[in-house]
Amino acid sequence: MAIHIAGGHVIDPGRLNGVADVLIDEGRVVAIGPHLKVPAGATKIDAMGRLVLPGFIDLHVHFREPGFEYKESIQSGAAAAVAGGFTSVCCMPNTNPVNDNQAITEFMLDRARVAGLANVFPIGAITKGSEGKELAELGDLRRAGCVAISDDGKPVMNSLVMRRAMEYALAFDMPVVDHCEDLHLAEGGCMNEGAISTELGLPGMPAAAEDVMVARNVALAELTGARLHLAHISTEGSVRMVREAKSRGLKVTAEACPHHFSITEEVVRGYNTYAKMNPPLRTWKDVQAIKEGLRDGTIDVIATDHAPHATQEKQLGFTEAPFGIVGLETALPLTFALVEEGVLSLESAVDKLSTAPAKVFGLAKGTLAIGADADVAVVDQQEQWEVDPTKFRSKSRNTPFAGWKVKGLVTTTIVGGRVVFEASQAEQ
Amino acid sequence: MSLKRKDLLSLASLSVDEIRLILQTADSFKEVTGREIKKVPALRGRTVVNLFFEPSTRTRTSFELAAKRLSADVINFSPSSSSVVKGETVLDTARNIEAMQADIIVLRHPSAGAAEALARGVKSSVINAGDGWHEHPTQGLLDLYTIRERGLSFEGLRVAIVGDIAHSRVARSNIHALVKLGADVRVVGPPTMMPCGVDKLGARVYYNFDEALCGVQVIMMLRLQLERQGIALFPTIREYARLYGLTAERVKLADSGAIVMHPGPINRGVEIAPEVADSLSSVILDQVANGVAVRMGILYLLSGAN
Amino acid sequence: MMPSSDRQTERLVMDAGDIARAVTRIAHEILERNKAVQALALIGIRTGGVHLAHRLVRRIQEIEAAAVPIGELDITLYRDDLSLRKEQPILRKTSVPFDISDKIIVLVDDVLFTGRTIRAAMDGLIDLGRPAEIQLAVLVDRGHRQLPIKATYIGKNIPTSREEKVQVLLEEQGEDDRVVISKA
Repeated sequence: MAIHIAGGHVIDPGRLNGVADVLIDEGRVVAIGPHLKVPAGATKIDAMGRLVLPGFIDLHVHFREPGFEYKESIQSGAAAAVAGGFTSVCCMPNTNPVNDNQAITEFMLDRARVAGLANVFPIGAITKGSEGKELAELGDLRRAGCVAISDDGKPVMNSLVMRRAMEYALAFDMPVVDHCEDLHLAEGGCMNEGAISTELGLPGMPAAAEDVMVARNVALAELTGARLHLAHISTEGSVRMVREAKSRGLKVTAEACPHHFSITEEVVRGYNTYAKMNPPLRTWKDVQAIKEGLRDGTIDVIATDHAPHATQEKQLGFTEAPFGIVGLETALPLTFALVEEGVLSLESAVDKLSTAPAKVFGLAKGTLAIGADADVAVVDQQEQWEVDPTKFRSKSRNTPFAGWKVKGLVTTTIVGGRVVFEASQAEQ
Repeated sequence: MSLKRKDLLSLASLSVDEIRLILQTADSFKEVTGREIKKVPALRGRTVVNLFFEPSTRTRTSFELAAKRLSADVINFSPSSSSVVKGETVLDTARNIEAMQADIIVLRHPSAGAAEALARGVKSSVINAGDGWHEHPTQGLLDLYTIRERGLSFEGLRVAIVGDIAHSRVARSNIHALVKLGADVRVVGPPTMMPCGVDKLGARVYYNFDEALCGVQVIMMLRLQLERQGIALFPTIREYARLYGLTAERVKLADSGAIVMHPGPINRGVEIAPEVADSLSSVILDQVANGVAVRMGILYLLSGAN
Repeated sequence: MMPSSDRQTERLVMDAGDIARAVTRIAHEILERNKAVQALALIGIRTGGVHLAHRLVRRIQEIEAAAVPIGELDITLYRDDLSLRKEQPILRKTSVPFDISDKIIVLVDDVLFTGRTIRAAMDGLIDLGRPAEIQLAVLVDRGHRQLPIKATYIGKNIPTSREEKVQVLLEEQGEDDRVVISKA
């Protein structure tokens, strides 16, 4: 059935930025422009005063299925995604078992089809069991539907293994995604190393643990010519090295997470386990560097690193509690805060949430061009709301942003021409 | 003034007046511990639970004695350290204990922040008896008491804290309190044992022990965790002892009346030479004796009705 | 120290002369009752009784030329209301620098009211040793006893209502010597 999104401010980065109607039929964008001729029976969505955007694409989520469905399932994760305006998500392979073979990839895609909400793109493991030793069957993973490879959460420490992975992935044109952390330097750490970790008596993870691996990965990308995508960079040093790598024309892309540009390590005070993630929250200087990296294009993509954990796990002591926070349902307002602050234009914010991530992973998404998949987010940019984790669609509530008054609400999400999410009256 | 708080979690969070009140209260209990009958009825009917997730005979015994001398009932509860690994939350354990109507929980836990988390979750008073590398406030207070007992005043007092500062909760508690009280605090040790940004806590950093000792009135030695040898903090115990061990010759570099402290248990011949530990300038056993009086004072002050 | 500003609502019941005479009389009574001065010791209850104990010891010395040991007792840890209070009272030091065993101890306090303080003081005293006898000297007995306790020596009996407050103000606290009653 056709959908007519009427009178909204359409932003299709690099293509269109102005008021227009959007007509969707049979899962695709069929027309765009003022005063469209609308077929009889089309559902009308009044988007007057709202933004009409290509659905967001998150290159970095953990949906925990198979293995840890009590934290999140593909179903609940996808529900959280569409509630946050994300129409496509890329799932990291650190499930149990690890997504290092075709069977797991197919299982995940199957679960996603059953859920019928967001498009799910699995990311395959670089090495068998993500153990950093032997390469997984990358060709099989590609054929089964993996869009990238990563041992996220367990960085590949052995540089030779990483070199071989980058080389081998070239055959399938797959981006290699690395969580940059020198495990020896960061060993035992649970927050950023600095004056605050000293005061709190918590083992620290120095910024250098990330920087060292960014430097290595850039060097290997240069050696191999691979497409390197750096997950969740968080330090000033990482931004500087990525900027330099790009200026030399290397195929290096990078993402940053909303928490790394919204809050600092100060939030850890009081041993707040909702402020425990990896990479850890850094200093004000790092936050400034991340913002500058987003502004000048060094950082291509905003990704959430959505990492659900059960309440009882986050109630453990700070050193024992697991790393990670949920992010899908708060990413939009935190990104829009950068627009308010003047760091990003509205169009570049949309680009970093949608168009750019599609390009980085080579997905035919992230645009509202005629003929494109009808993945759309309708957003009320001015709507203010308070973050209430009990209302999350995610199974988990581990967010440091509870109680924050934020601006920017997703009102409707359309995936493949179907409305999969509508904000309830109470939320609007 | 009185102590208007439910818990004692850190010295970072205490005001100077609160620290002075605790020390003054400990004076009364020092008198009690000098009597033939070393017991007063102040905490009759109260229950104190020593909840130790980490073995520590000395601190636990000191708290136990303090509570018993106040006529409280004392229960020692030492969950196996495996229950920490097992994922049982401190809160679960503590709520069980609270259900038995404990008035005061004394918590020792291997992870920083455990006492703070516990205090938020239970109505009982919580005393931090050491949480990870964070703080050991009662040790800090008994150290202050011992310094004060020697007639030294804190304002301008030159103190050297020596050893593995990075991994020491005793060091952190003492730095916070001494800086607050106006002392000149020097931290001494190899750079591998110096936590990042320790100067921001108000301490001055020295890598050369002899230099740091110049003019100090208090030398506070920390226990060296011998198992840290080789994992990059220091090459050998032999070299550590040569560079950072307190010998009789080194004591001469300090102020003539300088006192030598150590939270125990000591590694004789490693961080401290036996003749120094047993010398007249050593107040190590006074620290142990004062520990009971100071802990009695803290238990008394926190035992107000909830 | 109690503020003494509300003079209009205060009623003077003893002046400096009355207090001096009462102290002298009690000193005489103590000596009369306890012929063996060498077994005698005075212990003031903090804080009100301590100054009076010192005055009594001085008077006894003037009368008999005998040095009587004196101590100071803080009864806080023996109070029966500790578990009811939200904040614990400030502790002062107990200082009894002599062995009380087999001594005749005269406990000294300023005002005898419910008797609970004296009960606590006797418990505290017995933790320090086993005196031959415990006697009690007070400047003012205002009645309203809640325990079966009776003073051995009384400066003055002053009938009061329960709500009234009796204050003994002494030079040692920077006040003019006097005893006043005020409405609470």
